[in-house]
Amino acid sequence: MEEFVQHLLNGLNLGAVYALIALGYTMVYGVLQLINFAHSEVYMVGAFAGFYGANFLRLTDKPGWGAFALTLLMSVVVCSVLGLCIERFAYRPLRNAPKLNALITAIGVSLFLQFAGQVVFGATPQFFPQVLEDRTLFQAGAIQIQLFDVTILSVALIAMAGLHYLIQYTRTGMAIRAVSFSFRSATLMGINVNGVIAVTFIIGSSLAGIAAVLVALKYPKIDPLMGMLYGMKAFVAAVLGGIGNFRGAVLGGIIMGLSEEMVVAYLSSSLRDALAFGLLIFILLVRPSGLLGQMKVEKV
Amino acid sequence: MSAPVLSVKNLKVNYGAIEAVKGISFEVFAGEVVSLIGANGAGKTTTLRAVSRLLPSEGEILLNGKDITGTAPHKLIDEGLVHSPEGRGIFLNMTVEENLKLGAFRRKDLKDLESEMNACFDMFPRLKERLRASAGTLSGGEQQMLSISRALLSKPKVLILDEPSLGLAPRIVQQIFQIIQTLNKQGMTILLVEQNARMALKVSHRAYVLETGKVRLSGEGRALLANPEIQAAYLGVT
Ligand SMILES: Nc1ncnc2c1ncn2[C@@H]1O[C@H](COP(=O)(O)OP(=O)(O)OP(=O)(O)O)[C@@H](O)[C@H]1O
Ligand SMILES: [Mg+2]
Repeated sequence: MEEFVQHLLNGLNLGAVYALIALGYTMVYGVLQLINFAHSEVYMVGAFAGFYGANFLRLTDKPGWGAFALTLLMSVVVCSVLGLCIERFAYRPLRNAPKLNALITAIGVSLFLQFAGQVVFGATPQFFPQVLEDRTLFQAGAIQIQLFDVTILSVALIAMAGLHYLIQYTRTGMAIRAVSFSFRSATLMGINVNGVIAVTFIIGSSLAGIAAVLVALKYPKIDPLMGMLYGMKAFVAAVLGGIGNFRGAVLGGIIMGLSEEMVVAYLSSSLRDALAFGLLIFILLVRPSGLLGQMKVEKV
Repeated sequence: MSAPVLSVKNLKVNYGAIEAVKGISFEVFAGEVVSLIGANGAGKTTTLRAVSRLLPSEGEILLNGKDITGTAPHKLIDEGLVHSPEGRGIFLNMTVEENLKLGAFRRKDLKDLESEMNACFDMFPRLKERLRASAGTLSGGEQQMLSISRALLSKPKVLILDEPSLGLAPRIVQQIFQIIQTLNKQGMTILLVEQNARMALKVSHRAYVLETGKVRLSGEGRALLANPEIQAAYLGVT
């Protein structure tokens, strides 16, 4: 029983990270109906931004909340700029081209960043600096709660709550929802569609940057190909929840994280990565629109 | 006569190889209601979209004497050009209230917004009842009321209406045309596209009859109503 509770907590944590990344896929899909395959590399670059930034500023000398927050910030800024560039230079020129062209470009950008990462950061794994020190906060039998676990979950929840507020209650959020529904109608409301799409990339990329630092905190080994696995799982999470749907991305992420943890704990750790593919195939067969997704209403 | 508020000269619009608008010219003066009428596919909607810069085009479009062909479409609302589109352009993923607020998206002064919204509810009490409902659950007629109300909240100086009476019950159609006249009496300039040519010509100072992308005829609303050719082709008089 205690073991199960521990797995539940771990799964939830992993799920929160998947959810953060999945939200980026879903947001971009919402406005452009494009699967931004480069998103997983934005996540990877976020980890390296934190790595270089924290090392440059020698944040490991004084680990703590300040160092951690600063690392998050550096990652978020670099990811935002990268996301913005990807949108501006890779996707925007193809805005009116067939969707397939943009999709192929997305895969191209993803591969490009993987290789550029290997050239610039080197192919050998690096170790993410300890900007925060872990400690056990709570222990009862087999249940152990670490500071990192609490940090990951709280930061992820705060980011998601912030996103919810932004989307539902602010002018920018209203503009994003309007653009997701129809470029033309949004334009007639005086909404700058290009600007809103850029903002969407900034937000989605920022969430990936946050996720990268959170993961690197717990699993400090980082390398230029690290985005592939997390990105793929988060993408499956987004599809599982219903791509384009915010609550779906969170739900999908949590399901993904929990089931991965449980499969590894009670079945076999060799199934860890196969699970995502299994889930993807299953959902595409049973409910292609995802758990919370609706069959697309034709736009007017 | 003073200069026109809106002046379109030799407008041409293509959809790929299809030439939908083939050199249309028309003018709208301040305080006028001007209609574009014509059969399905004549190019009315295309013309309006080009005026709102939703489509690239050739030719000149002057708003208050200023060429707007290079203006970003989302900025035209600042110049007072507001467009209630064909199909109503409602955001079905939002509530009625959010749709109304989007009408005021770019407005700087919002202090009268509430009273303006109330004025809309006086016109269309149904909207007030459905304020919190998802716009996707509105009937077609209710969506049309929402589209017109929302356009008014954008504070138009020139209001473009593309088939505002489409799909509405006769009583509501009457009401829409009354509203057009009331707004016009209050000084609003209106560019109207309508299938209901008889009603449109009645409320219009002037009208242009489009046929396959060209202006076939133009003149005063009353004169066109009495024109036997128009009567036969558009008013169902035999
Ligand atoms: N997106 C498009 N792609 C290609 N052709 C188009 C497109 N939209 C309109 N057309 C064509 O352009 C012509 C003019 O269409 P438009 O919608 O302007 O007509 P309309 O006068 O508004 O007709 P209706 O009264 O039916 O609304 C039609 O022949 C139509 O088929
Ligand atoms: Mg039309």
